[in-house]
Amino acid sequence: MSNRFIPLEPMQPRERIGVYVCHCGSNIAGTVDVAEVRDWAEKRLAHRGVVVARDYKFMCSSLGQELIAKDIKEQGLTRVVVAACSPHLHEQTFRKACQMAGLNPYLCELVSIREQVSWVHTDKHAATDKAKAILSGGVERVMRHTPLEPLHVPIHPATLVVGGGIAGIQAALEIADAGFPVYLVEREPSIGGHMAQFDKTFPTLDCAACILTPRMVSAGNHPNITLLTWSEVTRVDGYVGNFTVTIRKKARYVKEELCTGCGVCQEKCPKRVVDEQYEAGLGFRKACYIPFPQAVPKYPVIDTENCVFFAKGTCKACQKFCPTNAIDYDQKDEYLSVQVGNIILATGYDLFDARRVSQYGYGRLANVFTSLEFERLSNSAGPTNGNIVLRDGVTTPKTVGIIHCVGSRDRNFNNYCSAICCMQSLKFAHLVKERTGATVYNFYIDIRTTAKAYDEFYQRVLEEGTLFVRGKVAEVTDAARKPGEEGKIIIQVEDTLVGKQRRIPVDMVILANGLEPRRDAKEVAKIFGISCSADGWLIEKHPKLDPVATMTEGIYIAGCATGPKDIPSTVAQGAAAAASVLGRIQQGEIALEPVRASVLEERCSGCRICNNLCPFNAITFHEDRMVTSINAALCQGCGTCVAACPAGAITGTAFSNEQIIGQIEGLLMRNLETAPVGAGQA
Amino acid sequence: MSDTFEPVIIGFTCNWCSYRAADLAGTARVKYPPNVRLIRLMCSGRLDPTFVLHALANGADAVMITGCHPGECHYIEQNYKALRRFLLLRRTLAGMGIEPQRVQLVWASAAEGARLAEEIARIVEEVRALGPLHWPTSTDLYGKPFSEEEAFSVTKETSAPAEVNA
Ligand SMILES: Cc1cc2nc3c(=O)[nH]c(=O)nc-3n(C[C@H](O)[C@H](O)[C@H](O)COP(=O)(O)OP(=O)(O)OC[C@H]3O[C@@H](n4cnc5c(N)ncnc54)[C@H](O)[C@@H]3O)c2cc1C
Ligand code: FES
Repeated sequence: MSNRFIPLEPMQPRERIGVYVCHCGSNIAGTVDVAEVRDWAEKRLAHRGVVVARDYKFMCSSLGQELIAKDIKEQGLTRVVVAACSPHLHEQTFRKACQMAGLNPYLCELVSIREQVSWVHTDKHAATDKAKAILSGGVERVMRHTPLEPLHVPIHPATLVVGGGIAGIQAALEIADAGFPVYLVEREPSIGGHMAQFDKTFPTLDCAACILTPRMVSAGNHPNITLLTWSEVTRVDGYVGNFTVTIRKKARYVKEELCTGCGVCQEKCPKRVVDEQYEAGLGFRKACYIPFPQAVPKYPVIDTENCVFFAKGTCKACQKFCPTNAIDYDQKDEYLSVQVGNIILATGYDLFDARRVSQYGYGRLANVFTSLEFERLSNSAGPTNGNIVLRDGVTTPKTVGIIHCVGSRDRNFNNYCSAICCMQSLKFAHLVKERTGATVYNFYIDIRTTAKAYDEFYQRVLEEGTLFVRGKVAEVTDAARKPGEEGKIIIQVEDTLVGKQRRIPVDMVILANGLEPRRDAKEVAKIFGISCSADGWLIEKHPKLDPVATMTEGIYIAGCATGPKDIPSTVAQGAAAAASVLGRIQQGEIALEPVRASVLEERCSGCRICNNLCPFNAITFHEDRMVTSINAALCQGCGTCVAACPAGAITGTAFSNEQIIGQIEGLLMRNLETAPVGAGQA
Repeated sequence: MSDTFEPVIIGFTCNWCSYRAADLAGTARVKYPPNVRLIRLMCSGRLDPTFVLHALANGADAVMITGCHPGECHYIEQNYKALRRFLLLRRTLAGMGIEPQRVQLVWASAAEGARLAEEIARIVEEVRALGPLHWPTSTDLYGKPFSEEEAFSVTKETSAPAEVNA
């Protein structure tokens, strides 16, 4: 290291610091010479206050934690540095260990030599050097820490649930049944989500409506649930325990308090529109419509884009026939503001657009269907009353090809597996066989039937005589080449089990198009201050250990919004998110990290530079005293104002200038150049 | 030690995106050169330009500033403030004869572990090509080294008011 700098002030160590280097089995010790790091800390950092340095196989184990506790008690440690994994993983563990031993938890610093060193570097020498630097940064930082107390904030007992699919419904019901208020916000006219469009659900084949409708009705009637459909959240202010949510309730042009849901308006409406949403483009609805018979709530909406009155100023059929005078063409969007303590996002998924795999002919070849179209086709309440027929509406197919993994497990589209398509395709095969007796081919890459009773279902479909062809379909075409192909759709595929190209003529093709994040997932995530993965799914706090929490306190996620999954897992997540929220509500308050900014009034010159830097309106200027102050309850601790204050009058707890500067010097190993007290200046 | 110059780079990360990207690079076992040493801030908005100057004045050959992508800051928009400071800081450093590549800004989301690793590798190579930093102002006009206190207050005054006009 260069010697062009004046050494740090010699110092009498103020603190008694304990250093603990974790092996993490071989995760760290395989790349970092942990014994060397320990020895080095013991010798070279002794003059900075390090009095004990140890290395141990697993610091996070109870034995590792006891090691720290014992040293705190016996050696009178006043600071602890653990060099192990990321603070996002075990900071709490070590802080708690310190607290149990009587040391303020904020006097413990965890530095990451696993994620930032051993797992990303290969050169043992360089890795060991970097581990030392990181450790030294931690030592310099922690000696400047001050004891802190967590901030306690009360939790508002109400919860916002966004998205009324099965995930959102489950979450809302669990919380409401426990006796707490819920606002359930759904952007469509009815709750129910995708599940409401299905006929049968795998693996049990129970009817989707039979299991879903009662839940929808309970959610609609529940005294603790305020159901806001045809609504969207536009803004979220505040923080865990105390969010202020702005909800846009779109104009329905129907007065909900007067409407009885009789449906006369829909019947009399003269304008028929292709229903792209609920009927997946296979059926029609009116311009004034209730999306489906079991819709909750039962109020219709008027689709102004298609309504004759909104286009031409005449018609008003719905108004004329409405027996309760509930139609109101002048209705405007309303903005509601509600207070909630926690938020659950259950916004679900969109389907992969099958047109993107152009060689499969969807949109070009009439008898190529998407998965959702097939769900409607096979639904007894659907456009064909459950008759599985070709696009002409009458012909029953004699051969059907079902193509798995459309848009999934495909480098050109989505790398991930959509998780439900195998089972969904098996379900389709079963339904086609049962209802039409057709010959069914399933074209698959791998069959993934891992959940409870799934493989049994696969066996059953095999026994029913569905034919399975292993191979990724190359093309779906109507260009006949051989006798027997005329008038058919031909599926061209390499059968990888026999190692042969095959052309299989069929009457109908069903594409198992995969699940994708909501097209607006990024924008929605932004409103709630959470993030999306590279694929676009909402990111959980920890993929294994905290799958329904997010990095933002008070915001939870559930269902397919976090990634493709089946109904059982979706429901489990809805319930899990509800349980987390209920735990919070029951505690009544939550302890937050005391990371906050505050103003030393005697230093504040009243320059007001910081005044418009805060997006949370935590900063106020007092004209009378000509000083600025910060409201700790509103401050989120980002530290932007601390960085901007030219007078150094704003300090950030847990991230003070002194601590960060100290860490910089430690990382640059400036502390090694420090002459011990008495040795004089270099 | 090999003969090649191994730069020392201080990296500032925000707690929510770029630090998590570094974590992800770790869990995904993505490899990158060991020259960068990271400091976790809550947000890139916390980055006081004097931290950068302090690092450069104390042995760092370069500084990497990272944060969430524009529009994705956990604190809504504070990374835009970091961006403004970064641009001003580069100008200030240029005025002191320091190559602008010695201070670099990288946006990385929590999902971009691999990208962060690539950026680190790129920056290390760029700085290696520049060679060691010879910090120009470690002495006053008479060749006497500034005390820490002086150095700190000088940089405070030159950087912070500039922010006002941003
Ligand atoms: C064709 C097909 C067949 C399937 N069959 C089965 C089966 O048989 N068995 C099985 O277990 N699984 C099946 N699945 C999977 C199943 O659909 C999902 O597991 C389940 O529906 C996910 O529910 P969800 O509540 O997470 O999402 P969704 O059902 O997508 O519900 C999300 C809801 O949130 C609303 N919303 C979205 N964004 C917002 C917003 N910003 N504001 C307000 N509201 C919003 C949406 O309008 C929607 O109502 C199938 C999937 C497909 C595609
Ligand atoms: S929190 Fe990442 S830049 Fe603000």
